[in-house]
Amino acid sequence: MPVQFDSLTDFFAMGGHGLYVWLSYAIAMLVFVYNMVASRVKRRVFFKQARRRLRRDLNKQHESKTS
Amino acid sequence: MKFKLPLWFYQLASPKWFYELSGKLLPGFGWAALLLLTVGTVWGLAFAPPDYQQGNSFRIIYIHVPGAILAQSCYMLMAVAGLVGLVWKIKMAHVVAKCCAPIGASMAVLALTTGAIWGKPTWGAWWVWDARLTSMLILLFLYLGVIALTEAYENEASGDKAAAVLALVGVVNIPIIKYSVEWWNTLHQPATFKLTEKPAMPPEMWQPLLVMILGFYCFFAAALLSRARTEVLTRERRAAWVVTLVEEGG
Repeated sequence: MPVQFDSLTDFFAMGGHGLYVWLSYAIAMLVFVYNMVASRVKRRVFFKQARRRLRRDLNKQHESKTS
Repeated sequence: MKFKLPLWFYQLASPKWFYELSGKLLPGFGWAALLLLTVGTVWGLAFAPPDYQQGNSFRIIYIHVPGAILAQSCYMLMAVAGLVGLVWKIKMAHVVAKCCAPIGASMAVLALTTGAIWGKPTWGAWWVWDARLTSMLILLFLYLGVIALTEAYENEASGDKAAAVLALVGVVNIPIIKYSVEWWNTLHQPATFKLTEKPAMPPEMWQPLLVMILGFYCFFAAALLSRARTEVLTRERRAAWVVTLVEEGG
């Protein structure tokens, strides 16, 4: 199976449709990155809040014992 | 309802069991997606022959079609999960439905924008109000509606139910998208893949498309599991196993 382009310049030009093709693939990239980043951020936020909640509860227990 | 579901279904409905299993499956889907998408993209961009009419702009198909297919499959999964949640009161089903919505919405955006970009050199217009494009836009709005409803209630269960009902009503849009190119005169070309017929394209063109579609599905599986895991933790935050997990530092 041959490569359909003679040079790298040819490849980027996409026979005059370069802007359309590369813009589409860039948007696809953005959509993929969004999905990966969004789920990772959500996970990090959960653990941050959960740890804070845990510390608060421990402090409360401690206070109720000492007072 | 008396109908009983198989045992694995109830196991899957256990949040802890789901969390452990999904943790094992996630890397596999992630790597498969990376491999398939890399191979498919290089194949589609550099090795597939240009279209005799559209030239190289046709290479947009390798992200446009998988994005559109996934946007619809994801919707069906969301609606079925919503139904399971409503009928059998399974909490995990609502978690899946909720996590489908943003992923599906992003895929609908991908299909719509790449379609617009493809339309410009092919039809001479970014957008036309024809049946396929309009029904796809409605799909995006349905996703946004589901996301908004899920978040709209103070009570989580009420949001889940309202979102599930909207998702189910919106299923009527799916056959409209599918058959829009047959029922109405349209600029949009008919489906590339049909179950009953050979593709109208030569194999050198549809083979990379198939690889890309599989890659999109694997990515979807990974993204869905990843989101669902965090959602499960959030909803089960008071359960002993989640507290232990947090203590151990996640």
